[in-house]
Amino acid sequence: MDNDNIITVDKLTKRFGDFTAVDAISFDVKRGEIFGFLGANGAGKTTAMRMLCGLSLPTEGRATVAGFDVYRQNERIKRNIGYMSQRFSLYEDLTVKENIRFYAGIYGKSDAFIKERTAAALQQLRLEKEADKLVRSLPLGWKQKLAFTVAITHEPEIVFLDEPTGGVDPIARREFWNMIYQAAESGITVFVTTHYMDEAEYCNRALIMVDGRVEALDTPAALKQTFHAASMDEVFLTLARKAKRSE
Amino acid sequence: MKSIVVQNIVKRYGRKKETVEALRGVSFEVEQGVIFGLIGPDGAGKTSLFRILTTLLLPDGGNARVDGLDTVKDFKAIRKRVGYMPGKFSLYPDLSVEENLAFFATIFNTTIQQNYSLVKGIYEQIAPFKNRKAGKLSGGMKQKLALCCALIHRPSVLFLDEPTTGVDAVSRKEFWDMLKDLKKEGISILASTPYMDEASLCDRIALIQEGKILSTDTPSGVIAAFGKPLLAVKSPRMLHLLNTLRSFDTVEDAYPFGEYHHVVMKREGDEKALEARLREKEKEATIMPAAPHIEDCFMALMKNGYGQ
Repeated sequence: MDNDNIITVDKLTKRFGDFTAVDAISFDVKRGEIFGFLGANGAGKTTAMRMLCGLSLPTEGRATVAGFDVYRQNERIKRNIGYMSQRFSLYEDLTVKENIRFYAGIYGKSDAFIKERTAAALQQLRLEKEADKLVRSLPLGWKQKLAFTVAITHEPEIVFLDEPTGGVDPIARREFWNMIYQAAESGITVFVTTHYMDEAEYCNRALIMVDGRVEALDTPAALKQTFHAASMDEVFLTLARKAKRSE
Repeated sequence: MKSIVVQNIVKRYGRKKETVEALRGVSFEVEQGVIFGLIGPDGAGKTSLFRILTTLLLPDGGNARVDGLDTVKDFKAIRKRVGYMPGKFSLYPDLSVEENLAFFATIFNTTIQQNYSLVKGIYEQIAPFKNRKAGKLSGGMKQKLALCCALIHRPSVLFLDEPTTGVDAVSRKEFWDMLKDLKKEGISILASTPYMDEASLCDRIALIQEGKILSTDTPSGVIAAFGKPLLAVKSPRMLHLLNTLRSFDTVEDAYPFGEYHHVVMKREGDEKALEARLREKEKEATIMPAAPHIEDCFMALMKNGYGQ
């Protein structure tokens, strides 16, 4: 396996009937980087991400995630990645502690490991007092931070974040990104989608999908230079407006 | 006449022990024919307020008037003249696009033909799919159909609860352009959003957080009230730079802001000294004055509450 690249994607394609949702995309994600995955609704982001998470089989092309093949080893991919989505991440009717224990448990971690990591997580999130409260009662910003912690408690090599900061207040949004930086510094690769273009600036590299294809991939600084844009928002609008198909 | 008058509205949920105060004395006014933005994160109380104003929920305190009518006493009259697009898709998924629109026209005692001019621009975009079931539409098309259904009885006040949430940047811009056209028809619009960058598209805005209004003004008025020097700084080592900036005693706050870090100074006049001290530590730093964004104002208000 390629040691520098945790994800390798080569002409990966997904068709639904005669509709090509993902059209021969190729790219690599480097180990330890924060990789932004951007695109308008309907560009094919979710379909591509589902293939990389081992949830959907490609029609054509090749891809490996954490050294595992997306066709033959998709179950092993699932065990070796972390995943957090905006819509569903935590059980609202379990307590904070129970959520951590549940997720670490289904990834097969030992009781001793879970105990130690739960204490560390509660301390890091300053949620010790809330440990036995139902997740339902937490403010959204806290839920999102807890969801992220839960997604990386089993120490995956890479974590996929699907619009993790939607609807969160600006202070909590920045606290969340602080956690992403810390995770990246500890060696976890972060693959993140977002609708907030200022967050695209926080990524080491960003990929922009348009109509199922990779339209651009580079550092935010290089993308702005290439497209003569002042911000990633401008880069995104320039590229996304070319889209012929909508969702 | 004001289109919307909200006076000290309070809303609580739950029983005695575990009461959540969703709205804690909210007041503001919306003039006729303006686009008014209610801007705040999830859980700020936006939806509770929308449900009170559209007569679907009773407040626990205060009062509100829509089109001059009281939201409690005159609820039946209000329902006839407001349009409401809830945050959740609420049309009939097993009726077609055309059937949904016809249904809403009928229950308001009107026809599609009678008010077609108002929705024409929007409906034409989804008309090629008029026989498709609403449940089978894409997110963007559902949103357009919901807007048509909220408009088909030609309301005088339109309530849009997070119409652009989860919608990409291109479609969001298109949606706000549609609202500008509706404004020309004399319709007053109250729209809520968690996206701070949409503030500039409104005539007036209220920033809301934890059931309280932080500030009500024009977007430029909110920005003018920021009142403190703001700098934009970057260097190759951004995380390290942030910690350095936070260690200076003349700095009130420093936080990531897109490509740069924004630095709020405690008072005017210390910027040059900060630049000199920063250069000692970070030779490659770029530093320049910055204009506050609505998001800077929102964070400052959350921390200090300068507008209350």
